[in-house]
Amino acid sequence: MDHASLASTFNKDEPRVDWHDESLWWVRQKRDLQARSVADWEVLREVASAIKNNVLANLGTYLQAFESHAIKRGIVVHWAADAGEHNAIIHRILEENRITAMVKSKSMLTEECGLNAYLADRGIHVVDSDLGERILQLADERPSHIVMPAIHKKKEEIGELFHEFLGTPKGESDPQRLTEAARLHLREVFLTRKAALTGVNFAIAETGEFVVCTNEGNADMGAHLSDVHIASMGIEKLIPQREHLGVFLRLLARSGTGQPITTYSSHFSGPRQGQQMHIVIVDNGRSTQLGRADFKASLKCIRCGACMNTCPVYRRSGGYSYRTTVAGPIGSILAPNLDMRDYADLPFASTLCGSCTNVCPVKIDIHEQLYKWRQVLAKEGHVAHSKSLLMKGAAAVLSRPSWYQVSGKLLRWFLRHFPKIASKFTKWSDHRELPEAPKQTFAGWYKQNRVERNG
Amino acid sequence: MDSKRKILDAIARHKHPPVPLPDLDRLGFISGDQVAAFTATLTAIGGRSFQLGGKMAIAEKVRELWGGRGRVITTLDYLADVGEQVFPGDIIPQRLHDVELAIIEARYAVAENGAVWIPEVLMGHRIVPFICQHLAVVVPIGAILPTMHDAYRLIGSEQYGFACFIAGPSKTADIEQALVLGAHGPRTMTVFILVETT
Repeated sequence: MDHASLASTFNKDEPRVDWHDESLWWVRQKRDLQARSVADWEVLREVASAIKNNVLANLGTYLQAFESHAIKRGIVVHWAADAGEHNAIIHRILEENRITAMVKSKSMLTEECGLNAYLADRGIHVVDSDLGERILQLADERPSHIVMPAIHKKKEEIGELFHEFLGTPKGESDPQRLTEAARLHLREVFLTRKAALTGVNFAIAETGEFVVCTNEGNADMGAHLSDVHIASMGIEKLIPQREHLGVFLRLLARSGTGQPITTYSSHFSGPRQGQQMHIVIVDNGRSTQLGRADFKASLKCIRCGACMNTCPVYRRSGGYSYRTTVAGPIGSILAPNLDMRDYADLPFASTLCGSCTNVCPVKIDIHEQLYKWRQVLAKEGHVAHSKSLLMKGAAAVLSRPSWYQVSGKLLRWFLRHFPKIASKFTKWSDHRELPEAPKQTFAGWYKQNRVERNG
Repeated sequence: MDSKRKILDAIARHKHPPVPLPDLDRLGFISGDQVAAFTATLTAIGGRSFQLGGKMAIAEKVRELWGGRGRVITTLDYLADVGEQVFPGDIIPQRLHDVELAIIEARYAVAENGAVWIPEVLMGHRIVPFICQHLAVVVPIGAILPTMHDAYRLIGSEQYGFACFIAGPSKTADIEQALVLGAHGPRTMTVFILVETT
């Protein structure tokens, strides 16, 4: 199913779409308040963008520097070319330590790699500890948003899940009480797990340390109570120096959730005594994207989610209609890199309004890349036949004035006599009436009026 | 080793024009009352602060706020009367599961976002500021800085195994965007701003 069809399904429940739309717009407004409260906001964005451009130009050097510093600090560094290797490395670490249960904080990379399912097949039980992710794990669903994974779920639905799995009273839907139940349940998990996996927000080449940002404190509860801490990161998470964190930590939460900073910005620089610390550095298609001049800027993304919160299409179609771990505008330029054929519809799931580009903290030209992907996909033959045929037809007609005049006449006649059929041809007109066809063309009108006046 | 080579080779295949690193000196520089700004931001993110004159005043405030409310741990010697002393190295983290209040020191505080900077050496154990039900942190008034840039300029190349910026109590809004304090970490965060009297 493509984005348009999945969005149609989502749009069947209109009040729910409105609620989804408003929830995200509220977060966007909180972001605006924060951005306006920082006097040097635009300079900050420019600096962040420049740092990330520097990273992309020197990625290999920074990765090697990061590795050598991390090793010196007692961290074990692993390299994974793809998702399968990432999963196998983590499985091997757990197996070597005879560990069969792990607690995990939010990591979109492990979602991308399908880690939970891989480990479950091998008898390893993983508990997600971010509240939103835990809710979805109980519901057997995937995150619909990278920062607010359960943004599509109603509190009553969460209450039902918690009643079934955590024993909360039937009908309980108060967020405070539900969160308390999850807190008690997960505390027990944190205290008993020997292994913890976290994501990585930033990895610093100069020092070999990595920074994990959470509001809940779940990454820290897992990591500091574990004997084995594993951190998974994509190769694009590198930044050159520690002082650059000042730039990104000022931008990340303000852009993502409208907070001045996340509650916790944890700097891991080595295991504590008796602990193992592992980092898995993952490529999984990123180096291919680095080679696409028009699209490599997508690797600057710091996963704040601002482009989703502001996107009129995302807000009204929901994260699941994108079928990818990272949904929304940024996801739509990342996904075709991995599989052009499967995700050829995503760059078209946009109005190209440019709002994503305007809020992006690292100034990725998201809507321009969406537009460029459309051209690449059409050239490579990945665009739906009806769409490319229509475009070819339009090109033929528009380049021949006589064809244009005849087709205009035909179309006006057709629209006057069969308006209902005409609107069936395009998704765009699902919820829109076609305008009434004028009786006369402008050219015709002009000729007529000129003649009259001249006469 | 094989995959490392493979990844680095794949990256090296793409040549990019050199891009200089930007100058960070253009950023930051906020004037005004930083203590007032820090207090306002901390309050807005769900924390609270008290300005206290001297260490004894802190001990007194702790008694007033939490007196007789369960297990209290601290790394600060002048609070030996109000809480058990914890020393790095002799802690099994799981045994701190029932800590009601932890009182530790932070090195810097940041006015623009209400965060405090705590390196491992001030924590007693890495788990301390996360596992307690309530967290209290002492910051000298002179250590309140305007922005994150000021903080990183001072942190410089400090060595630590672990360090953290902590801004307010643990929180979540994962259920219908309703803000709930006390997700997995502390339910409250109190900052004692220490004004040393001579």
